[in-house]
Amino acid sequence: MKPFTNLTGIAAPLPKANVDTDQIIPARFLKTIQRSGLGRHLFANFRFREDGSENPDFVLNQEPYRNAEILVAFENFGCGSSREHAPWALLDFGIRCVIAPDFADIFHNNSFKNGILPVKLPREVCEKLMEDARMGGNARLTVDLERKVVVRPNGEEIPFEVDAFRRHCLLNGLDDIGQTLEHKDSIDSYEARQRSSQPWLYA
Amino acid sequence: MAEARPRTLFDKIWDHHVVETLPDGTALLYIDRHLVHEVTSPQAFEGLRVAGRPVRRPDATIAVVDHNIATDATRRTGITDPESRLQVETLEKNVVEFGVPYIPLLDARQGIVHVIGPEQGLSLPGMTIVCGDSHTSTHGALGALAFGIGTSEVEHVLATQTLLQKPAKNMRVTVDGTLPVGCTAKDIVLAIIGKIGTAGGTGHVIEFAGEAIRALDMAGRMTVCNMSIEAGARAGMVAPDETTFEYVKGKPYAPKGEAFERAVAWWRSLPTDPGAHFDKEVTLRAEDIVPMVSWGTSPEDVLPITSTVPNPSSFADEARQAQVQRMLDYMGLQAGQKLTDLKVDVVFIGSCTNSRIEDMRMAASIVRGRKVADGVRAMVVPGSGLVKQQAEAEGLDRVFQDAGFEWREAGCSMCLGMNPDKLTPGQRCASTSNRNFEGRQGPGGRTHLLSPAMAAAAALAGHLADVREWQPQ
Repeated sequence: MKPFTNLTGIAAPLPKANVDTDQIIPARFLKTIQRSGLGRHLFANFRFREDGSENPDFVLNQEPYRNAEILVAFENFGCGSSREHAPWALLDFGIRCVIAPDFADIFHNNSFKNGILPVKLPREVCEKLMEDARMGGNARLTVDLERKVVVRPNGEEIPFEVDAFRRHCLLNGLDDIGQTLEHKDSIDSYEARQRSSQPWLYA
Repeated sequence: MAEARPRTLFDKIWDHHVVETLPDGTALLYIDRHLVHEVTSPQAFEGLRVAGRPVRRPDATIAVVDHNIATDATRRTGITDPESRLQVETLEKNVVEFGVPYIPLLDARQGIVHVIGPEQGLSLPGMTIVCGDSHTSTHGALGALAFGIGTSEVEHVLATQTLLQKPAKNMRVTVDGTLPVGCTAKDIVLAIIGKIGTAGGTGHVIEFAGEAIRALDMAGRMTVCNMSIEAGARAGMVAPDETTFEYVKGKPYAPKGEAFERAVAWWRSLPTDPGAHFDKEVTLRAEDIVPMVSWGTSPEDVLPITSTVPNPSSFADEARQAQVQRMLDYMGLQAGQKLTDLKVDVVFIGSCTNSRIEDMRMAASIVRGRKVADGVRAMVVPGSGLVKQQAEAEGLDRVFQDAGFEWREAGCSMCLGMNPDKLTPGQRCASTSNRNFEGRQGPGGRTHLLSPAMAAAAALAGHLADVREWQPQ
């Protein structure tokens, strides 16, 4: 996983609540056996018209947002299906940070596993950042995970909270599995206990 | 020793499965059962292969295909869509390479992963159960802690049989009283989501309690728990009781004989202790529930079937008004239209929410001796091959087919628009599935969520209809 430390980039405004993972990547694009290459289907039902041409009204089809690295949205971002294809599609498009008042649990989890930082900030702060994002290329946001602040184009710093363990993993690009396997002895002894107390759980 | 703190059903299952607590409070949680399907697993197996890691507990894992597959006769001659075929073939290779038990497409036990888990006794009370699918919450109906995970976590469970998790908060939704005639588990859960909203359960595990929940059969409890995720919850649960034990007894993978008695003794200790703390409590009266239907593009946008399409101006803030207007445009609705005036093109009875034998019986009881309205395509998709067999043994397939319904093979079908069963743009569908998101059943498709009984009534009437006016003849 690519570490996430400090990002300065174009933020795209997506002023909607309940952006579900079917919107982020419709199910018909889940038939892949790879993680890469999903960026071209990100928000497919909004980005493309029925004939396959680009919809110029959608923000990610407009300059400078084609190069957005940050997304600003409203409540309950990432609700619905557990598909990790949603963060894969965001990442493949180039988005490494989503800022919203809150996130659905599974999407929130999946983001951290892929080097995407979800930043939770109150609605009124997100509205301010939405205004910044609407200024396009003249208004880059900085997301500093080391200092846990978002820096607005006017220099104002907005602190945010993030789980310490997840921050550590993101800053260092750490793979969870390797870390968990360091606890192999504990897992072995848990299984030994369970095997004798609940033998029906073992074939 | 300090006096034991009263604990919830969730607390007890959680505590039982903590392998180790890390310094920052993150738990390494042991996973008893891992269900795997073709869509969210290929990248996980690939990760294991690259790292040279085996599957730690193949005996605790089971794989099945459900999302991608056709539900008509073409499945017997091979999958025609090349991408779908590759995904299914990839799973078939992976289960061989990693030694994971697999239920193949043409096996009678094949079906939707959340139908076959309980049906096979793979899902049991007190277990931790995960699957790379948000509707894993379904299995909580057995009194298990069951939740959906992403593909990175699928790989984590395959490699370690554990997950790194922060404890969720406890929420209890109590439904008191007796459900009126014509109302079902689906109406209960739609009413709950309408009340608490799609983020009402975020960060929480919901325990469903109360007389109306206790009175539900296992299929009904599964319907309720299935849609916990639509309320934003991590998981939904119902405390195990005699209904649960009776259901589990004799299932192929359930413990037998003395092991069953031992298991039941433990399962009886799981229900929430009196005085246990819930971070959030919500109460509904079953008597107030009316057959429900969704009108918008989020599962919280539900109303009693007796209502009219809402007017955007009736909502408080401007943002919500704009959102409602956008939903009405997408759904092709006018404020003030009666819901029962909305003509339907398609009726879909199926999905992990409502495709069990009890759902089939409920719909068939309304359909028996009647005909599907002209111009309506109506389909019934059983949740598993075994549900299909049982329904056929009871003659339900004849009831549906005589009325003009299609009677199909088991799979996810028209719930999610990734197999051949899809809506075309603008089609309006009365659907027993779980999500009415834009494009969920196919780009431009318009979904109205409702119960199997209400779906049956809509098929007969040709428009959304109040099932109380279509009671069995």
